[in-house]
Amino acid sequence: MEELLSILEELHPEVDFETETGLVTNGIIDSFDIVTIISEIGDRFDVVVSAEYITPENFDSAETIYDMIQRIEEEE
Amino acid sequence: MLFASYEFIGFVLVLFALYYLVPKRCQWPLLLIASYVFYFLANPWYLVFITVTSLTVYGCGLWMGKIAATQKEYLSKNKENLSKEDKKTYKNQMKQKKWRVLLLGLLFNLGILAVIKYTNFTIYNINSLLHIFGSKARIGFIDILMPMGISFYTFQALSYLIDTYRGTVEPEKNVFKFALFVSFFPQLVQGPISRFGDLSKTLYSKHKFDGKNVAFGFQRILYGYFKKLVVADRMLIAVKAIIAAPENYQGAYVFVGMIFYALELYADFTGGIDITIGIAQVLGIEVTENFRRPFFSKNIKEYWNRWHITMGTWFTEYIFYPISVCKPMLKFSKFSRKHFGDVIGKRMPVYLASFVVWFATGIWHGASWNFIVWGLGNFVVIMISQELEPLYRKFHNRFHVDGHTSYKAFCVIRTFLLMSALRTFDCYRDVPLTFRMFGTIFTNWNWHILWDGSLLSLGLSLYDYIILAVCVVILTSVSLAGRTGSVREKLLKKPYPVRFVIFYGLLVCIIIFGAYGIGFDASQFIYNQF
Repeated sequence: MEELLSILEELHPEVDFETETGLVTNGIIDSFDIVTIISEIGDRFDVVVSAEYITPENFDSAETIYDMIQRIEEEE
Repeated sequence: MLFASYEFIGFVLVLFALYYLVPKRCQWPLLLIASYVFYFLANPWYLVFITVTSLTVYGCGLWMGKIAATQKEYLSKNKENLSKEDKKTYKNQMKQKKWRVLLLGLLFNLGILAVIKYTNFTIYNINSLLHIFGSKARIGFIDILMPMGISFYTFQALSYLIDTYRGTVEPEKNVFKFALFVSFFPQLVQGPISRFGDLSKTLYSKHKFDGKNVAFGFQRILYGYFKKLVVADRMLIAVKAIIAAPENYQGAYVFVGMIFYALELYADFTGGIDITIGIAQVLGIEVTENFRRPFFSKNIKEYWNRWHITMGTWFTEYIFYPISVCKPMLKFSKFSRKHFGDVIGKRMPVYLASFVVWFATGIWHGASWNFIVWGLGNFVVIMISQELEPLYRKFHNRFHVDGHTSYKAFCVIRTFLLMSALRTFDCYRDVPLTFRMFGTIFTNWNWHILWDGSLLSLGLSLYDYIILAVCVVILTSVSLAGRTGSVREKLLKKPYPVRFVIFYGLLVCIIIFGAYGIGFDASQFIYNQF
């Protein structure tokens, strides 16, 4: 989780990712940010996030992103 | 049958009456019949195209659903016997099967769209190349029937296909229900591009007559006609005059044309969508909103999140994401990081995918170079503003302007002007001419035309300009009022006489000030041609 938080904080240092639960629905991160996050997840977690996983539910908070990574790891 | 025609108004009024008179289980079949009648009346041959798209996408959806069901059954039966690795291999095999079906559906339907929409554009470009290389040979253009709204219904059907592949929607088993999803007449000609998961929630339900919903629907339809007939069609007269004689109308005239075209397009497109959503609301059906006060955007990215939202979402979800996060692109990103550094490498997937998206957005709007240049113009502006973001941040921190009303107003006006400037490609429909005309704004210093009466030569009288000024104030006020919730809900709380004056006033306004009658011609909605 800390690794993920560091990815997110590098992108938007002004956001408190531990408490924010509306990253997509509140427009805090956009499509460009999502692609950067996925690319970083690929590098640091060795997990491939394909396009079908890109939903507001999966990217709305650090926790949901982390859950998604774990789900993909299990499926792989 | 134009939306802005007596025939269409008669058609929907009869439909509204029948819809609430027939047994509720017959409501959605009635809509299917109405949609096909609407399309048949436009041109009987159109039905062939929409039926082929509906049937092929329906078939592919069912096929993928069958593969998914087989996979589920096999895995549950062999839960104990299969190792993790076996399960993974099996899942991959089934995914490959689904992928082949998806590809078949995509290629077939995009193929139809490409042949119909882009054959003559391809011939035009081949002829241009032949001319450049000195050949006198020419390929003749082909007379191809272009079904109304083909770009919209094809994209809507393909979104269903991709969602079925991804497993985010269950395949629809009833072919007639699916045919209604593709052909639902209010949104057939200019969108919004609905998603099956959203529209199907209310499209097939049984609807009781709900007075408030019906009244709200009619109010929205009325507001849509007001925008179209009083504002858009009136502005169109001046825009047409400026475009038709570029040798006469230069400098400040081009600037006036640019602003008028932006406002005309806004009134035309949002007016059409108001009519669409209003009709659906009278029928008890929820259609996705397509606009969220776009002219109040503070930057271009925000503008594109608020203008033609369903098209933007389509391109983002089905083109931008799949390209930017696919394995080859991630590999390419790694390669770029290694060779060009972290900063450029990380941006590569986003920039390449954005380029494809904006090229596709341009060519989706029309098979000509002006639309492609317009799309790529958006790409360039978005990329520049993305790159300049750190600089903006520094500027905001240094001068503490972020949040200031005057700075916000500056950003809103800047975005509006920038978007309007890009739209001039759409206006003149000729790339070199657009550049030349746009250049005259800075070289031909004739701003006196704004106050010396010259604008009266554009086909509009002083009376028309006063009407337009009042309308712009009304549109702006309604938009501003909409920021804090539904305007119609707010009006509902007002005393009855106030509501009466507003809505009947609007109706009277359309009848008296609508741009029709001698000298006027209610025109087709701009987005119908896409």
